[in-house]
Amino acid sequence: MKYFTRLRVRRVYKWRGDPLAFNRKLKTCDYGSLAISVEGLPRTTVIVVGQHILIEGEDEDDPYVAKVTRLFGDDSGKQKKAVVQWFARVSEVPASKLKLLGREPHPQEIFYYQGRVCEDEVNAESILRPVKVKHLDGAAPFPDSDDKDTLFVKMSWDSKIFRVAPAAEPAPAFSPPPRSKPSLPPSPPCSPPAATPATPASRRVSRRTLSTPEPAEVRCSWGSMSTGKVRSLEAESHHSATKLSASKCLSATRRKASARTPGVRKKLQLCSPEKSSPEDAMDQLLDQELESEMMLVQRLSSSPPQALHLTPHRMGHTAPASPLSHRLTPLRKAQGGRDAEDAIPIKRSSVVLQQLSETDSPPPAPREDSTSPQQGFVMEAELLTSSIKTPRRRTATPRRNCGTRGQKAATPSRRKEAKAARETALAVLVEVDNENSPMLPAATTPRSSKRKSALLVSSRIRKQLHLLNSDQLLNSDGEDEDEDVFVPSKALQSSSEEEEEEEEELDSDQEVGAKKSRRTVGSRTPRSKGKRGTSARTPRKTPNKKITPSTPQTPRYATPIIPSRSLPARCPANVLEEARARLHVSSVPESLPCREQEFQDIYSFVESKIVDGTGGCMYISGVPGTGKTATVHEVMRCLQHAAEVDEIPPFHFIEINGMKMTDPHQAYVQILQKLTSQKATADHAAALLEKRFSNPAPRKESTVLLVDELDLLWTRKQNVMYNLFDWPTRRHARLVVLTIANTMDLPERIMINRVASRLGLTRMSFQPYSFKQLQQIITSRLNKVKAFEEDALQLISRKVAALSGDARRCLDICRRATEICEHSAPPTPPASGLVGMSHVMEALNEMFSSSYITAIKCASLQEQLFLRAVIAEFRRLGLEEATFQQVFVQHQALCRVEGLQPISVSEGLAVCQRLGACRLLLLEPSRLGVLQRVRLNVSQDDVLYALKAD
Amino acid sequence: MMESRSAHAPWSSLQLGRGDARFHPELSSLTHQHISFLPHFLFCAELQPIRVRDEPNQEVVIAGQVVFPRMRKTRSIMSKRKAKDVHLPTGESITQVQSMLRERLCNQRLPDKPEGTEAQHKHLLELLRRTAIHGESNSVLIVGPRGAGKTMLLKCVLRDLLEDKEAQKSLLQVHLNGLLQTDDRIALKEITRQLHLENVVGDKVFGSFAENLAFLLEALKKGDRSSSRPVLFILDEFDLFAHHKNQTLLYNLLDVSQSAQAPIAVVGITCRLDVLELLEKRVKSRFSHRQIHLLSSLTFAQYLQRVQSQLSLPQDFPDVKFAQDWNDSIKTLCEDKSAEGALRRHFNSSKDFRSLHILLMLCLSRVTVAKPVIKPADLLEASRLCFVDAKANMLHGLSILELCLIIAMKHLNDVYEGEPFNLQMVHNEFKKFLQRKSNSMYNFEQPVIMKAFEHLQQLELIRPVDGSAAKTQKEYQLMRLMLDHSQIMEALQKYPLCPTDVKQWAMSAFG
Repeated sequence: MKYFTRLRVRRVYKWRGDPLAFNRKLKTCDYGSLAISVEGLPRTTVIVVGQHILIEGEDEDDPYVAKVTRLFGDDSGKQKKAVVQWFARVSEVPASKLKLLGREPHPQEIFYYQGRVCEDEVNAESILRPVKVKHLDGAAPFPDSDDKDTLFVKMSWDSKIFRVAPAAEPAPAFSPPPRSKPSLPPSPPCSPPAATPATPASRRVSRRTLSTPEPAEVRCSWGSMSTGKVRSLEAESHHSATKLSASKCLSATRRKASARTPGVRKKLQLCSPEKSSPEDAMDQLLDQELESEMMLVQRLSSSPPQALHLTPHRMGHTAPASPLSHRLTPLRKAQGGRDAEDAIPIKRSSVVLQQLSETDSPPPAPREDSTSPQQGFVMEAELLTSSIKTPRRRTATPRRNCGTRGQKAATPSRRKEAKAARETALAVLVEVDNENSPMLPAATTPRSSKRKSALLVSSRIRKQLHLLNSDQLLNSDGEDEDEDVFVPSKALQSSSEEEEEEEEELDSDQEVGAKKSRRTVGSRTPRSKGKRGTSARTPRKTPNKKITPSTPQTPRYATPIIPSRSLPARCPANVLEEARARLHVSSVPESLPCREQEFQDIYSFVESKIVDGTGGCMYISGVPGTGKTATVHEVMRCLQHAAEVDEIPPFHFIEINGMKMTDPHQAYVQILQKLTSQKATADHAAALLEKRFSNPAPRKESTVLLVDELDLLWTRKQNVMYNLFDWPTRRHARLVVLTIANTMDLPERIMINRVASRLGLTRMSFQPYSFKQLQQIITSRLNKVKAFEEDALQLISRKVAALSGDARRCLDICRRATEICEHSAPPTPPASGLVGMSHVMEALNEMFSSSYITAIKCASLQEQLFLRAVIAEFRRLGLEEATFQQVFVQHQALCRVEGLQPISVSEGLAVCQRLGACRLLLLEPSRLGVLQRVRLNVSQDDVLYALKAD
Repeated sequence: MMESRSAHAPWSSLQLGRGDARFHPELSSLTHQHISFLPHFLFCAELQPIRVRDEPNQEVVIAGQVVFPRMRKTRSIMSKRKAKDVHLPTGESITQVQSMLRERLCNQRLPDKPEGTEAQHKHLLELLRRTAIHGESNSVLIVGPRGAGKTMLLKCVLRDLLEDKEAQKSLLQVHLNGLLQTDDRIALKEITRQLHLENVVGDKVFGSFAENLAFLLEALKKGDRSSSRPVLFILDEFDLFAHHKNQTLLYNLLDVSQSAQAPIAVVGITCRLDVLELLEKRVKSRFSHRQIHLLSSLTFAQYLQRVQSQLSLPQDFPDVKFAQDWNDSIKTLCEDKSAEGALRRHFNSSKDFRSLHILLMLCLSRVTVAKPVIKPADLLEASRLCFVDAKANMLHGLSILELCLIIAMKHLNDVYEGEPFNLQMVHNEFKKFLQRKSNSMYNFEQPVIMKAFEHLQQLELIRPVDGSAAKTQKEYQLMRLMLDHSQIMEALQKYPLCPTDVKQWAMSAFG
């Protein structure tokens, strides 16, 4: 293995075969295998999923060992990535920990790595070659004289403890829960492959004395609306201290956020997830939390002051993002300290701490109850507080960071919950202090690997159940906080993966299943249910769009329903009916083609706001039927999905529509009702909302408000619009307002300056669809149901694109064409059964042709004469308007010319009224009698054409 | 006849025993012969006895309205005769003919099959069937001139649709009319009521307008394609709904029809060809743009055919012989030249069947026992009645003074080419006429003339010019004449006992 170095040998990496699946949102393709050929050599090596491989590292002699769980690349084919399960070599395990093994490690032994710290996504070009790995039974001896290339797995290593390695051939799903959907950093600027993600941080620090992971790397991100800037670490480090340009600031915070939550990956321009989040991220959070922490602490007067005093500091130091795990850490550490007497120092945090605990047998600050854990803990804390500015701590940070990151994968919801449970947790701590019970720490040890594997299995089972449409199950086991964190995400992820696959396969059954699962997941959010059960104080509203407003218990708001039908609706029987069902505007498409760019822009806008916890406004315009509302809804679905798998903090989504309310001020009422499900009058609601958005509240979720048909919220003083756009600017509002209207220049036209200014300049305009896009939309809707001839589709889309670019129109015409086809077909056994040009032409004629000419042709003789008389009178007067009396004179003359008996005035008026009712003529009110003025509603040429034709 | 009326002093109505063929004892002297003396009372007759509330057992027939000589035959005899299938007495047959045809002409009975609108019928039926059975949401407009049979088409379709058991069980209907539901608030209440949703929450629904809307939308949102019963919204006079504020109702209905909520079909009925231009663009975009046009391209031959079929008796008429005779007479009527001329005139004026039905109704009511057929003369008379000029008829009721004023106005109109005039001008014109005549037969005081002038204004034969009504004195208020010259001349021709000098004055070119 020493021959493979990057300098000497150039390897060529190619995907073998077609992509297995394509992820539309992330634009990634999954592949089954990868071919590696070395330049100059004919031989190619094939890497398939599930194979063990060597991955290039700093140490050329000892490349990292891993197992491929997934291969994927972006659709351009430039980047190739692999998701791997790491194995640790003996050399990578700290020497001190090797003692835990209790035997001499075999030189070819590797350990199944289960630490949570490590990035599992690597650049495929860092793959060197496959390697043979054998799983051995724990007791079995190492086979002797095998070739040097075979490696052996016996134990697993989670950076603290060795365990018996899990099942001999772990399934790919067995790898640590894929908490992140792999993604591609756009054009990685030749970062040293595997340098970044490959090394578990703990290994590095202990053994190789490597620096922290690549802190000064400059990455580019794809241009997006809000954060299309080059990101630099400078931005990050200066972030909190200095004022930066808005975009830099934004990108920095986003980066941090992504570092905090490695799972935030759904986003479209992706920051590299392996970023170490340095101090400022912590400090910020720390500041916030310290305050509240201190207050809480002081309230607990019964507890020993010493210990309590220390907790906050301690807390600030380790994972600020997850206070609960904090609270656990010191305890465990204490436990570790005790265990140190058994010469098994299990430390997972800093070196400093490790040293400390190893030397803590003589208690430095002796106390009566002489609980060594307590002392050790105290010491640690003190030391840490004292060395808070020292560089030593700095070295420790990244590692700690990494260490905590795994827990943070459990993220925001956990954090929230932890906060909610803060007091109780503190109480527990105190209890521990007083009673000194050794049981409690044990009980609260963080998830060990064994526990985790068990969880994984159970989650897989649950996933199965979940697909069988049992969301109740999920609800019920939402009690368990741990499972809670993992299970839904797992299930969701798998279901989403399935969806991806299904885009390829056209198995309708499966599709139905997947949809069902998606729906149940989407509409239920089992996690939140569980939460509601545990902490009644924070009834987190389900952030999903379908407002299931927790069916108000008060009987007076009994929700009305349209009675359900006794007989089930019939399903489409043939191809045309199937096509028609799919083409109905109401059918929810699997995807929204042709709006990817808009989708990305809105997505990144909203996501960044949610992640940052800030607010903002966006104005979306476009003519009707261009997919504005649909796109926003799609974005919200994705974001809610992301929130459910804890990639982003949870948020409310509420939607109001200017057309669906009777008065602009009802907007307040509806917002309040959807936000808190309480009813109020408009004024009261406005006051309540004002209070809510301007006052700080401890556990506040972001709110995304969609205001459809904005122009209808116009009032003379414009205070509704003013408030809607003013709230997001409040410091504590955390409100994102998306507004939709038809006209592009609405802000300039109807808004007064102070309103327009608050709306800001974040504008987006949906262009009408071009004919190609329309065609694509129809094709994607039909989804391979062959019902249309190609030409026919093209005709429809061209026609609609030329007229309006309204997708609804396009779909309606298609549906009408299928009907025409169906009804014209029966006598002839349909040659192709497809909708052809003739059918489409007929449908187009029906929908677009003006009926005026037909109406004139079908009018009675006197009516036609009257129209002629009108034109004659117009010509005489040289005006486009005449009184009935004048026209009637002409009419009488025409009657005589035609040899008809002249009609009476009453009859003439009746004729005139009939034409007026059809709006062929425009008339004044009929009470004016013969004096009413007459105007034509059609052009004179049309009238003459229609009259000449017959 | 007049004697008989005076003999039986206080009768403005006949009192008849219910179901009994006897006359009221007091009126027993009124015999068949008497009744046949009243031909012009029989005209326009309506055979629906009015029941008096206080006397439930008695039917009161207003004098001059309904008197038919059916009373002579008792029911027992009738049934006996029927069994033998011998011809009924003429009176009985005519009663039946009248009721049967009246039902037909008043659109109380739907035709068995659509005539001339088969394609539209099929289209609409298919569309609604898909909503009812497949739960597919749709929206459609039925457009056609007044009297073209839009509502009838829809009713036929609904009748055919509801023959299907499956559709019958599931379909809910909501009928709205733009003339009744003049704003969205009323419309929403009506929808809620017709969907029987108010039962869900008692009277709570009828809270504020906003609550109402939210309530209904919530209800529709709850449903989905496969499980909810489809709702059919029929919006008669659809164009009037487009004038509601913001078109909220239309937007919401059409939005539901375009989204995955409870399946609904929105059927609009309107006579305006430009109805789509009334819709706001976002409302328009949500409408499916299906329009069913009912424009009849009927020829005169078809029209005649229709007249004949409308008047013909069916095969299962009890008295076969009578039916045969009747049908033959109708056939000859349609072939008659003068009748054809009258019908053609009608056809030229308007092709819609409603006006035809009015004409035929007038003919039908002239059928009596003495004359058990429709003669061409009846048709001509009916046609004359239909085409009579209303304003000219009103002129017949004016006094000579008022007529003179009208003539003076006509002259003023001729001189000043339609410019408005005031009372003073008219009076002067009238005075000029009087000066030429030596006799002072028409010499009236100013107040009398003023009174006559005001009367003309009340009859809306003249109307003040817009905007001039405010401050000016009555004498100087500007007025316009709302009559055509032809109408004035026509009225003068027919005016009973019109003085010749007035006639001459009217005919002369200048006053």
